[in-house]
Amino acid sequence: MSEPLGELLYAYAVTRPADRLDEELREAGGGVSGGPVFPLYAAELAAVVTAVPESEFGAAALREHLEDLGRLEAMARAHQRVVDAVFAAGCALPLRLATVFRSEDAVRRMLGEGHERLGRALDRLDGRVEWGVKVHQVPLGLGESTPSASRDSPAGDGRDYLRARLRRRRAADDAVARAAAFAEELHARLRRHSEAQRILRPQDGQLDAAHGRNVFNAAYLVPRSEREFAETVRAWGERDAGFRVELTGPWAPYSFAEALE
Amino acid sequence: MSSAEVSLVDLLDRLLAGGVVLAGDLTLSIADVDLVRIDLRALLSSVDALEEAAPHGHGARWAPTPEL
Repeated sequence: MSEPLGELLYAYAVTRPADRLDEELREAGGGVSGGPVFPLYAAELAAVVTAVPESEFGAAALREHLEDLGRLEAMARAHQRVVDAVFAAGCALPLRLATVFRSEDAVRRMLGEGHERLGRALDRLDGRVEWGVKVHQVPLGLGESTPSASRDSPAGDGRDYLRARLRRRRAADDAVARAAAFAEELHARLRRHSEAQRILRPQDGQLDAAHGRNVFNAAYLVPRSEREFAETVRAWGERDAGFRVELTGPWAPYSFAEALE
Repeated sequence: MSSAEVSLVDLLDRLLAGGVVLAGDLTLSIADVDLVRIDLRALLSSVDALEEAAPHGHGARWAPTPEL
């Protein structure tokens, strides 16, 4: 780039003008660059932004930024903090992480050109929250493993070995089928208490003995006043010791910002 | 929810796969950041899971989507 590096604008969310917005943003502290977070208004909408140095948030720098897990996490946490502040003041349409504009004019142009679509999305999401629900399958304890498991050494009889292997595979298939049934039933129940649902990919990275395997990961759009959703999830968590049901939220409606049209 | 109680993987599920994707006078949208998925895969495999659209047809959009 031959032009001198200047300032860009990092955008967190689109919202409607709200009385408490400035106050909530002040309380949220600095944005992704540590600088003040403020709204830009156009077309009866507001975009919440922070000025960021192009040396750190220009395309090339941002790429590097996002490859570094520590910096990615710092950016993600700051992004969420600001979105939460917007959400506390009214409705919030979160933007994808790392949405960076060249100028205030560019932000206002985005609001102007997109005001119909953005307004529709805000109307649809106003008064709703997102809940996250995950199901982890608790690993079988040693006491529950198949009795033959301890004897199936490769040194033993070949047929014993194959039988033991088949049993293990059947046990694994059973576990998968049980998990699918458990999650499907839970999902069907939660549909009744939510306006929209989105299935997320299971978090394979969460594989560990204590947590168990993540077999279900989903987001639900739920009216803010609906109390039964969280209750249902909690009650479901007690139904079967073989599964751990985890509820996160309420979140700003990240997972439903795009999926509603 | 307060940031302290949110796990990074849950947060990235939402920030990298959710949120409105804008097009226009952006310098960069996350959709262009091919390297992120590769480098984070080892650390957070949910991120690499996000690169494939969710099975129900409204998963992550990694391709730039000029919708505005």
